[in-house]
Amino acid sequence: MGRITLDKVTKSFGDVEVIPPLDLTIEDGEFTVFVGPSGCGKSTLLRLIAGLEDITSGQIRIDGNDATSVPPARRGLAMVFQSYALYPHMSVRKNIAFPLRMAKLDQAEIDRRVEGAASVLNLADYIDRKPGQLSGGQRQRVAIGRAIVREPAAFLFDEPLSNLDAALRVGMRLEISELHKRLETTMIYVTHDQVEAMTMADKIVVLRAGHIEQVGSPLELYRTPRNLFVAGFIGSPRMNLISGPEAEKHGCHTLGIRPEHIEVSAEGGPWSGVVGVSEHLGSDTFFHIHDTGLDETITVRADGEVGFSHGDRVSLTPREDVMHRFGADGLRMA
Amino acid sequence: MARTVTARRKAINTAIAWTIGLLIFFPILWTILTSFKTEAEAIASPPSFLFFDWTLENYAVVQERSNYMRFLWNSVIIAVGSTILGIIIAVPAAWSMAFVPSKRTKDILLWMLSTKMLPAVGVLYPIYLIFIRMGILDSRAGLVVVLMLINLPIIVWMLYTYFKEIPGEILEAARMDGATLKSEILYVLTPMAIPGIASTVLLNIILAWNEAFWTLNLTAANAAPLTAFIASYSSPEGLFYAKLSAASTMAIAPILILGWFSQKQLVRGLTFGAVK
Repeated sequence: MGRITLDKVTKSFGDVEVIPPLDLTIEDGEFTVFVGPSGCGKSTLLRLIAGLEDITSGQIRIDGNDATSVPPARRGLAMVFQSYALYPHMSVRKNIAFPLRMAKLDQAEIDRRVEGAASVLNLADYIDRKPGQLSGGQRQRVAIGRAIVREPAAFLFDEPLSNLDAALRVGMRLEISELHKRLETTMIYVTHDQVEAMTMADKIVVLRAGHIEQVGSPLELYRTPRNLFVAGFIGSPRMNLISGPEAEKHGCHTLGIRPEHIEVSAEGGPWSGVVGVSEHLGSDTFFHIHDTGLDETITVRADGEVGFSHGDRVSLTPREDVMHRFGADGLRMA
Repeated sequence: MARTVTARRKAINTAIAWTIGLLIFFPILWTILTSFKTEAEAIASPPSFLFFDWTLENYAVVQERSNYMRFLWNSVIIAVGSTILGIIIAVPAAWSMAFVPSKRTKDILLWMLSTKMLPAVGVLYPIYLIFIRMGILDSRAGLVVVLMLINLPIIVWMLYTYFKEIPGEILEAARMDGATLKSEILYVLTPMAIPGIASTVLLNIILAWNEAFWTLNLTAANAAPLTAFIASYSSPEGLFYAKLSAASTMAIAPILILGWFSQKQLVRGLTFGAVK
């Protein structure tokens, strides 16, 4: 079981309030991702849940029990750190066994669980090596192994993939997702990478300056961002946010349209502009269109085969049915 | 552009380094040489450097007149005992300063170091009286405590700098893994800090071994270490240079040998953290 409830939790460092009163419930078995720009308080929030920082006021409940002043070791949570935080003087086996040793399990049980974790994570071949002899991805697996042997109520991940190279990151992303499917344990995952957030999460919590901007499934956030911040943060490339006369024409203060919802053609659309930089990804091409008469550069996502080049005059057709309308207060209009 | 070091320049640097090294080592070398001379040769003018009749006579006399082993044993107990006691007290102190610093941690560290700037003789009288009252004058236990206190600031400072190098996340991981404070220090922090602790131990054994002020003033016969052994050859007999040299050589030999074999560890320890 692992249902975590935050009730009016706040955190201040001295006079600086980094987390204003915040309420959040994470359901048992849910994969929740905290996402936001750096300095938004997502890591602090995770550390508050872990118990590595004390909350200033409010209450944290784990499975209904008040855990506010319970030390981290007895909250039944396991954490995977960005730096892996392996014990450098211990072999892989001893690293994984450490939490079990601390829990004073008998040796046979420790061996059984360590072997189990090692085979799940393909660590068996280097179980007697020291962390210094492992690659980044292997170290990350050891850190995860150390977390799973405890059979915790919930896993906490603090940007676990940001030290890995891009290819490895994709692989580990899948592994963690698969692990979640298999264990069905609550996982809380902190990242600034919205691709990780979108692909892994059951539920995304978007944070800014300690405030929750929106909570929802990845597709909810993508389809119906609650405000301009979420609209700009979720989705890559970023949503085009247009204000001025064009927005007024659509009855709003700011008009949002995602790059993938604009069609680019030689002529015939309501907007037109000049192609600036094109980014070719192979499968897709991102065109940055200037001189559209709108107040910002419009980014368009087109098929990789669409062949316009720098300086070409093009015509743009936005899809009316997936436009996002925001009021002067930045909130989504119904 | 990388700085180029010419062969000529390298040779000059090497020569300068050797000259400075030999100058620093010369008094010790001279003491050792003198210990193998007769008393007459020891005060001969001009002094002979290597070409004299080597003799072990001084060592025989010194050995005959005083019980070297007893002084040596006292030195070992005092140096090792005070260092171990110091480490036991300093590890938790340095842990808390490095990992849960308060607003005043830096001040406390400086204050601790400032006690080293106080002339020792300034507190001799009160400490002497305390020793008399407690009946620990001329006892090894008393000296172990005093030398531990004298060196504690340095032990704490050294350990503090080593602990600062250890990433806090690893200790947090231990906490998440269910380690109590004791297990965290015992199984995670200490093994990781072994190189630092080792050089702290070595340096403090050397400092305690060489400490003369307190050992001379607080001991008489029972607890007297090798410093007192040397001192006993300097005063009453007048200028018996050769025997004094032999006694000195015997007193410094153990620590010199220890230092020689552990120099790699010492240098590494003292420059630890200087380059990341």
